[in-house]
Amino acid sequence: MATASAIVTKYSRDDKFQGGILVLIALVVAVAVLLPLFTIFLKSVENRDGQFVGILNYVEYFQTPALVASIYNTIIIGVVTTVIVITLAFIYAYALTRSCMPYKNLFRSISLIPLLAPSLLPAIALIYMFGNQGYMKELMFGYEIRGPIGIVISLVFWIFPHVVILLSTALSTADGRLYEVAKVLRTKSIRTFFKITLPAAKYGVMSACFVAFLYAITDFGACKVIGGWFTVLSLDIYKQVVGQQNFQLGSVVSVILLLPVVVTFIAQRQVQRKQTAQITPGSVPYQPKPNRRFDLLMLLYCIAVSIILFAILGTAAYASFVKFWPYNLSLSLTNYQFNLMDGGSWQAYRNSVVMSLYTAFIGTAVIFCSAYFIEKTRRYRGLRSSLNFLSIVPLATPGMVLGLAYLFFFNDPLNPLNFIYKTMIILVLANIVHYYTVPHLTATTALKQLDVEFESVSASLKVPFYKTFWHVTLPICIPALSNIWIYLFVTAITTVSAVVFLYGHDTNIAAVAVVNMDDAGDVAPAAAMAMMIVYTAMGVRIVHWLLTHFIEKHTQKWRQQKLTSD
Amino acid sequence: MNYYLRLRTIITSLVAMVALIGTAVAQDELIVYTAIEADELAMFEQEFEADNPNIDLKWGARDSTGIITAKLLAEKDNPQADIVWGLAATSLVFLANEDYFEGYSPKGVEMLDPKYVDPTMDPPLWVGQRAWIASICYNTVEGEKNGVPQPSSWQDLTKPEYQGHVVMPNPNSSGTGFLDVSSWLQIWGEEDGWAFMDSLHENIAWYTHSGSKPCKQAAAGEITVGVSFAYRGAKLKNQGAPVEVIAPAEGVGWDLEAFGIVKGAKNMAAAQALADWSVTKKANEIYNREYAVVAMPGVAQEVENFPPMILEKMINNDFAWAAGNRQRILSEWQNRYGAKSEPKS
Repeated sequence: MATASAIVTKYSRDDKFQGGILVLIALVVAVAVLLPLFTIFLKSVENRDGQFVGILNYVEYFQTPALVASIYNTIIIGVVTTVIVITLAFIYAYALTRSCMPYKNLFRSISLIPLLAPSLLPAIALIYMFGNQGYMKELMFGYEIRGPIGIVISLVFWIFPHVVILLSTALSTADGRLYEVAKVLRTKSIRTFFKITLPAAKYGVMSACFVAFLYAITDFGACKVIGGWFTVLSLDIYKQVVGQQNFQLGSVVSVILLLPVVVTFIAQRQVQRKQTAQITPGSVPYQPKPNRRFDLLMLLYCIAVSIILFAILGTAAYASFVKFWPYNLSLSLTNYQFNLMDGGSWQAYRNSVVMSLYTAFIGTAVIFCSAYFIEKTRRYRGLRSSLNFLSIVPLATPGMVLGLAYLFFFNDPLNPLNFIYKTMIILVLANIVHYYTVPHLTATTALKQLDVEFESVSASLKVPFYKTFWHVTLPICIPALSNIWIYLFVTAITTVSAVVFLYGHDTNIAAVAVVNMDDAGDVAPAAAMAMMIVYTAMGVRIVHWLLTHFIEKHTQKWRQQKLTSD
Repeated sequence: MNYYLRLRTIITSLVAMVALIGTAVAQDELIVYTAIEADELAMFEQEFEADNPNIDLKWGARDSTGIITAKLLAEKDNPQADIVWGLAATSLVFLANEDYFEGYSPKGVEMLDPKYVDPTMDPPLWVGQRAWIASICYNTVEGEKNGVPQPSSWQDLTKPEYQGHVVMPNPNSSGTGFLDVSSWLQIWGEEDGWAFMDSLHENIAWYTHSGSKPCKQAAAGEITVGVSFAYRGAKLKNQGAPVEVIAPAEGVGWDLEAFGIVKGAKNMAAAQALADWSVTKKANEIYNREYAVVAMPGVAQEVENFPPMILEKMINNDFAWAAGNRQRILSEWQNRYGAKSEPKS
């Protein structure tokens, strides 16, 4: 009945205003996402002088064996990394969710540490561990760390936390009744695992596989540092664009990289949709029961993994203080004199912090507001659902491709927005767009939990929607906002792929400086800069955690009350 | 309706902010593109600005020679730099052929050795500053450990005992890499030159992006032999790295670091001021702190740990030939060795 009356009534002032905002969002999406991506396709069918040449660039690409080899290499790296990281992370997540081992929270936090580092960091550390002067070189048994082995290990380190998060979620939503039945029937635990645990977590595991594969095939940093003679698609984009300034071939490689990405992405969405229907109202949450041998085994496994994670991080930290590896191992701060290094400077570090703060603050505001208008507007159903769909697009866009798209689009002298090229504005914009999807989903979830009645009641009381937004919606969503903020800050300060094409002479940033210093052979300073990123991300994370606890204690008390009254 | 008003205020101030940032970016400053190593940049900037306090020198782009050249080429229709400064003369000649530069005679250019100044035009399109010279960096500690003897010639590097122990820069990105390749072709002629590189390729462990990286990696023991340039090797040796800097017997390639003012530079006066400053005795003395060969005769002092007799071994470099054949040589190199898709044992 409410909808029927809504159709009959005229569009109110609020409706029109919200419609205007939605159109504005659509325009911004067009300028910030669709048009730039479209220019990539355009460039790939043009020659250097901008004339249409059809598939000529593609023909050139497929006639160059070195470039075509990258397609195969990329897929191999993706598959091998996925298999290893899923196996390792599955056991880890299993320990976190299905055992009664002690210090679970500690191990959960440890597994998240790689999130604070750029993917360049494990690669640099591995060279110090297993390179020709590595202190654990013997463990390589004569194999070369520069190449696929190094790339895979770096990627496993870097993707591990993402997969642990996904798999823990998948494993923690089990139906306890099934395990009760299995126990009553005296089913062997191995059989229980394969017949109950795995099928229940199936979609979660598949989804995690796709995510791991996506991250592995689109990463650029690890391959850049430790790839040696080995090339992958994202590295080819960089080489063509930065090394040869061959923008046409760069776009061709981008389009080719987009194909497996889009396929994987669609598959992942399909699987995720199925995952939601697992838990029924009658389900009983599964509670692990103590089992001394199993819990000890799991504890040992988690300790082993944690040691490896710390070894990699610790090596980078140590190497950054060593004066002249391997001939003079005395400690000093020389490597932190970034102003004396090729491609690095303290300015770059400061720029990174500023850029990440802008990204976090502006990104949180913009993403939350647009999620609000998309979610809470009553009308314009078609526009809203297409905007919802478009907000997923960035997740399927590799950073390198987005960065290249921005280079083409904003560097064009005919573009009125040309002046933002190479400024802080474009870096912040690229970061917000690149990492739009996850915060958008977080915001939408938080908003969905709010009853629609708030808006209906306000509307009938003739309270303008922005007052409801300010006094009701926003305060309730503070936890979500705070999660979005820290996510944007940490991803912005660690990312390199989207911004590597966009920085200018006074907007160089730390992660790019790591790439450039490593390129120039200043590996220890590169490690030092990578560690600066880790220290900063970790510090901000800790402050954020303390603040969140403080705020939650003082503003979100009602949540607890509600819980206890239930 | 007051929130429409408020909204309008917000939009107006946003537009104003954007415009403000736009003008801040377009401010008048001297944009310099360079391939000079970063550890010297701050010093040059400081010294120049001390003499020209009203000019704000900005390093618009600093990267390896090949990258800067490609970048300049890509920006040809909309040049961003006011002056290209400290880039390989080969690249400047190549860009001059593309009509990139405005002729200008810096005050006092007649004091320079004429063979370091553009001989084709008056006023010259480019002016040389100093020469950098190819050399081999050899790690004595790793050499002993790996049974790799100290090389004395380029041909030595093709011997089987060097397999997997040599690193050189990719000429497509590195100016040092290009002057190596160009010098081998000039020393032995096209056919024998490529044949040499074919066998050298068999021994190369990996190609690097930058010209100083092979020497830095040799100094760090990551590799035994790095094909690089004399200044980097001498500097690392002075820092205590266990490296010998060797000028191979057959002769060494070299190139000039040079500058040229970009046609249509937004800040022409400042670009000319930097050009004038760059040919002064003071500038030449600064060049000499790291490099043994500078454009002004009589200034150069010996640099510690530079390979002995290296000046006599400098080949008779034909810039016009190198610039004219640059694209062809680079694509030939890329076709032969760029496709290194198999690991070396």
